[in-house]
Amino acid sequence: MPTSPAATVQGEAHENPALLHHFATAEQQKDAASLGMWIFLVTEVMFFGGMFCAYLVYRYWYFGDFAAGSSSISLTLGTINTAVLICSSLTVAMAVRCAQVGKQKAIVVCLILTIILGLAFLGIKGVEYYQKFAENHIPGQASFHLDGHVPRHPDIPVNQRHAQIYFSLYFAMTGMHALHMIIGVGLFMYLMYKAWKGVYGPDYYTPLENGGLYWHFVDIVWIYLFPLLYLIDRHP
Amino acid sequence: MATAVLESSERETYLNREYGIKSWLLTVDHKRIALLYLIGITLFFFIGGFFALLIRLELLTPAGDLVQADTYNKLFTMHGQVMVFFFLIPAVPAVLGNFLIPIMIGARDLAFPRINLLSWYLYMGGGVLMLYTILNGGVDTGWTFYTPLSTEFLKTNVVTAALAVFVAGFSSILTGLNFIVTTHRMRAPGMTWNRLPLFVWAHYATSLIQILGTPVLAITLVLVALERVFHLGIFNPSLGGDPLLFQHLFWFYSHPAVYIMILPGMGIVSEIVCCFARKRIFGYKAMAMALLGIAVVGFLVWAHHMFVAGISLYAAMIFSLLSYFVAVPSAIKVFNWTATMYKGSITYQTPMLYAFGFVGLFTIGGLTGLFLAALGIDVHVTDTYFVVAHFHYIMVGGMVMAYLGGMHFWWPKISGRMYPEGWGRLAALLVFVGFNLTFFPQFVLGYMGMPRRYWDYSHMPEFQILNVLSTAGATVLAVGYLLPMIYFLWSMRYGKPAPANPWNAAGLEWTIPSPPTTFNFDEQPVVTWEAYNYDEIKEEVPVAN
Amino acid sequence: MANNVDALFIFLIVVSGLMVVSIFTMVIFFAVRYRRQPGRRAQQIDGSHALEITWSIIPFCVFMVFFIWGALIYFRERTPPADSTEVYTVAKQWMWKFEHMEGQREINELHVPTGRDVKMIMTSQDVIHSFFIPAFRIKQDVLPGRYTVAWFRATKPGTYHLFCAEYCGTMHSGMVGDVVVMEPKDYEAWMGGGGNQPLALTGEKLFSELGCVTCHRTDTQGRGPNLVGIFGKPVLLEDGRTITADENYVRESILQPAAKIVNGYKPIMPTFQGQISDEQLNALVAYVKSLSQQPSGPAKNVAAASPQP
Repeated sequence: MPTSPAATVQGEAHENPALLHHFATAEQQKDAASLGMWIFLVTEVMFFGGMFCAYLVYRYWYFGDFAAGSSSISLTLGTINTAVLICSSLTVAMAVRCAQVGKQKAIVVCLILTIILGLAFLGIKGVEYYQKFAENHIPGQASFHLDGHVPRHPDIPVNQRHAQIYFSLYFAMTGMHALHMIIGVGLFMYLMYKAWKGVYGPDYYTPLENGGLYWHFVDIVWIYLFPLLYLIDRHP
Repeated sequence: MATAVLESSERETYLNREYGIKSWLLTVDHKRIALLYLIGITLFFFIGGFFALLIRLELLTPAGDLVQADTYNKLFTMHGQVMVFFFLIPAVPAVLGNFLIPIMIGARDLAFPRINLLSWYLYMGGGVLMLYTILNGGVDTGWTFYTPLSTEFLKTNVVTAALAVFVAGFSSILTGLNFIVTTHRMRAPGMTWNRLPLFVWAHYATSLIQILGTPVLAITLVLVALERVFHLGIFNPSLGGDPLLFQHLFWFYSHPAVYIMILPGMGIVSEIVCCFARKRIFGYKAMAMALLGIAVVGFLVWAHHMFVAGISLYAAMIFSLLSYFVAVPSAIKVFNWTATMYKGSITYQTPMLYAFGFVGLFTIGGLTGLFLAALGIDVHVTDTYFVVAHFHYIMVGGMVMAYLGGMHFWWPKISGRMYPEGWGRLAALLVFVGFNLTFFPQFVLGYMGMPRRYWDYSHMPEFQILNVLSTAGATVLAVGYLLPMIYFLWSMRYGKPAPANPWNAAGLEWTIPSPPTTFNFDEQPVVTWEAYNYDEIKEEVPVAN
Repeated sequence: MANNVDALFIFLIVVSGLMVVSIFTMVIFFAVRYRRQPGRRAQQIDGSHALEITWSIIPFCVFMVFFIWGALIYFRERTPPADSTEVYTVAKQWMWKFEHMEGQREINELHVPTGRDVKMIMTSQDVIHSFFIPAFRIKQDVLPGRYTVAWFRATKPGTYHLFCAEYCGTMHSGMVGDVVVMEPKDYEAWMGGGGNQPLALTGEKLFSELGCVTCHRTDTQGRGPNLVGIFGKPVLLEDGRTITADENYVRESILQPAAKIVNGYKPIMPTFQGQISDEQLNALVAYVKSLSQQPSGPAKNVAAASPQP
C-alpha cells in the first residue's frame, strides 16, 4: 500500500516546521494562503468602494465646491506622499525578492526601509491634517469656513455645506487609508522580527509575499485617492 | 452497515481529547469552534425571541398599554438587529457549516483554523457590544438605521449598535473567506466540484455574498457612526447630504444578506430530502447553478426596498424586472426538491418533517415576494405587515426550520447521541402550526393597511382580532422552540448513543464515528463515487430508534 | 386606481394559490404514495433537462405578466394628471400639515372632494416620513430637503385612514389622520368658510417682501430670469444641461441658487437657506407656478417631482 497521506504529512512536518497540521503539502498551504489574501483584498476593495461610491455621487452634484476643497489641500505634500508610498512598495517587493534568493539580512533591511517610508507617509499626513485644523477646514465644526470661490468661477462663492461634504469624505477616506497603513506598519514590524530570526528563505516566504500584497493594495488605494482628492479641476 | 456502537467515553473524540476552559477558548478545531458558536447563537436567538414575545404581547390590544412608545421602538429595533446579525446570518454557516464542511470534503480542518477562532471572537465581541447596547438603554433606529433619524434625531445608543454590527460583520467576512479557500484548496483527492454535497455548494455561494456584500455595510455603518459623532452631513439633507444614498448603500448589502441567510438552509434541505427519500437529488447541476445564480442576481435587486423612497420611476422598473429574475432559480429549487420525492422511499423522521415544512413555507414566502416585486402592489403593501409576514415566512418558516432540521439531522454526529424522536416530531409540529398562526394573519393585516413598527393602533381597532391570532400563534411557536433546547441538552447525558451513520445517509461525514475524532479522518479519503449515491447504499433509514 | 391594484392582487393570489396548492398537494401526495414500503427501493432519477427548462420558462413568463401589469399601475400612480388640484404637505414629527391652494390649513385632516385629481406636494421638516392612505392604495415617502409627490382621485365620500408609514421616532404610530372625502358641493361649503388667503397670494406677498421682485422682473432688465411662464418648461443652464422647471427646481433655486444657474445669467442670487420655513417655501413655489397658469388653455405638462438618483 503506498504511503498513506497521514504518514506523508508527518514526514513532511519533520522537514518543514512551517507546515501546519491540516495541510497535506507545503504547496497546498502556500496556495491556500495566497488565495486567502487575494480574497481578503477583494473584501477591502468593496470596503473602500462604499466610500468611493459616496464620493462619486457628491462630486457629480457639487463639483465646484469639491474643486474648491481640493485646491485647499497641499498638492506638494500629497505628491511627496505619493512618491514615498510608491517607494515603499518597491522596498517591500525587494524584501520578497531577497527572500527568494536567500539574502536573509537584506530582507530585514528592506523591511526597515518600508517601515520608515510608511511612517514618513503617516507623518506627512499628520502635518496635512494639522494644516486643515489650523485653517478651520474640519467638517462638522461650527468654525468651519472654506474661503474663496469655486475655481475658475470668481463670482460663485463656495457653498459651505457642500464643501463640508468634501472634507468629510477627505478625512473619512484618507483616515481609513491611514488606519490601513498603521496596521500595515505593525504587520511589517512583526514580519521584520520573524525575518531577523531567519524564518524566511527561498523555501518559505509566503507571509512576506502576502504582507507585500496587502501593502501594494494600500498603495493602489492611494493612487486612486490622490487624483480624486488632490487634483479636482487643478490648472496651472 | 451495522456498526458496533462504542460509548464515546471509551474512545478519544474531539469532545474529550482535552478538558478545561483554555482548551475550548484557544481551540483551533473547527468542530469545537462550531459548538462555541452554538452557545452564542442560541443565546441571541432567545434574546431576540424574548423581544418578539414582548412585541406580540403589546400588540394584543390596540392601545399602547404594556410598554411605552420609546420602549416598543427599542424592542422591534433590537429584535431585528439581534435576529438578523447575531442569529440568522451566522447560525447555519458558523455552526453547521463550520462543523461539517471540512468533513464533507475530506479535510482535517478549514483552510485557516486560527482565523476561524478569530471569527468566533469577533462574533462574541460584537455580541458583547450588542448586549451593552441593550442593557445601556437600547437603541431605537429600526434595524435599518435610516438617516437622518439615526444620525441626527435619536438620543439612544446608535453608535454602539452600529459598532456591534460592524464587528459581527467582520466575523461573517472572515468565515466566508475561510469557506471559499477551503472549498477551493482542501478537497480530498477525487472530491471534484461535481461531487460536492449541495450543502457545500450552498455555503460556497453564501460565502461569495459574505465577502462581497458585508464590507459595504461595514463602511456604511462607519460613516453613520462618524456622522453622528462628528456632525458630518454625508447622509443628512440639512447639511447637504442625501438620505437616499444611505439607503442605497445599506440595501446593497442587506438585500444580498437575505440570501446569506437562506442559501445555507437550502443546502441543508437538499441533504435531508435526499437522505429521507433515499434518492439522489433531482437535477444536481441545476441545483448548484441555481445557488450561484441566486447569489449573483441577488446583488442586482437592492432598490426593490426603495420603490416608494423617492427613486426615479425608471430605476424602479429596472429593479422590479431584476427582482423577477432572481425568483426563477428559487422556484427551480422548490420544483427539484419536490421531484426528488417522486418515487422515493420516504420516512418521516424529525429532520424530514422540518424539510417538508421548509418546502411549503418557503414556497409561500417566496410567492409573496412576487407580490412585492410588482410595483403597483408594493406601493400599497410596503412598510406594512405584509412585508413583515413575507420576510418572516422566509426567515422563520424557511431558514429557522432548515436550521432546526439540520440540527436534528446532524445532532448524532455532533454529540454522539440521538435526540428523542417523539419529542422531535412534536416540536416540529408545534413550530409549523405556531408559525403559520403567527404570520399568516399578518398578510391580511398588511393588505388592510396596518403599518409596521406601530406601537399603538387604537385608531384602527379593527386590526385587533388578527393581532390576537398572531400573538396566540407566537406562544405556540415559543413552546416549539423551547422543546429542542430542553431535549438536546437532555440527550447529551441521557440520549441513546449514536452510531457513525444513524440515518444510513450518503456523505463523508457519515463514514467517521459519532462524535468524530479531532482530525476527522485517520486516513485521507479518496473519493470515487458521486454525491448522494443512495443507489449504492444498501439499507433504508432505520425506523425504530 | 385602487381597483387596478386589487385586480392585480387577486390575480397574484389566484396564481400563487394554484402554485401553493400544487406544490403542497404534490409533496403530500408523494410523501404518502412513496412512503417507505418493504421490498420497494427508491428509483434514482438524475434529472431532466426538458423539465428544468420548462419549469424555468413557464414561471418566468408568468412573472413577466406580473411585472408588466405592476409596472403599468406604478407608471400611472407616479404620473399625476396635469391640472390636478394641489395640496402642499409638510410632515414633521409627529403630524401632517396640509395647505390647500385656497389657503385652508389643516393638521392631520385632509378634506378633498370626490371626482377631483388631488396631487400632494410633500416635504418633511425633519426625518423621512411616508404618506399612506390604504383605502386609495397609495404610499409615498416624504423626504427632508426636497419634494415628493403623490396623487389620487377619491370616488366615494367617507372618512379614510391616513398613516405615516416610515418609522420616524417615538410617536410614529401616533402620526395618523383622516382623509375626509366630500361631495363637491359639501366641499365647496367647507372651503368657503373662513377667509383664507390663497397660497399663491401668500407667495406673491413673500416674493415682494423678501426682495425677489427686485431681480426677477417681468421685463428684460432684471438681473435674474423672468419667472413668468417658466414653470413646467425646459430651462437651459449655463453648463449646457437642460432641465425641467418643476417644484424641486424652484425650491433648490431658492435654497441653493448656485446649483443651477440659468444660461446667460450671473450667480449673484443670495441663498435663503435657514431664513424661510417649509410653509413659506411652499407658498413661493405655488406663486411661481401660478405665473405659468393661464385661466383657460391647454393643460400644462406638470412634471412629477424629479428625484435625484
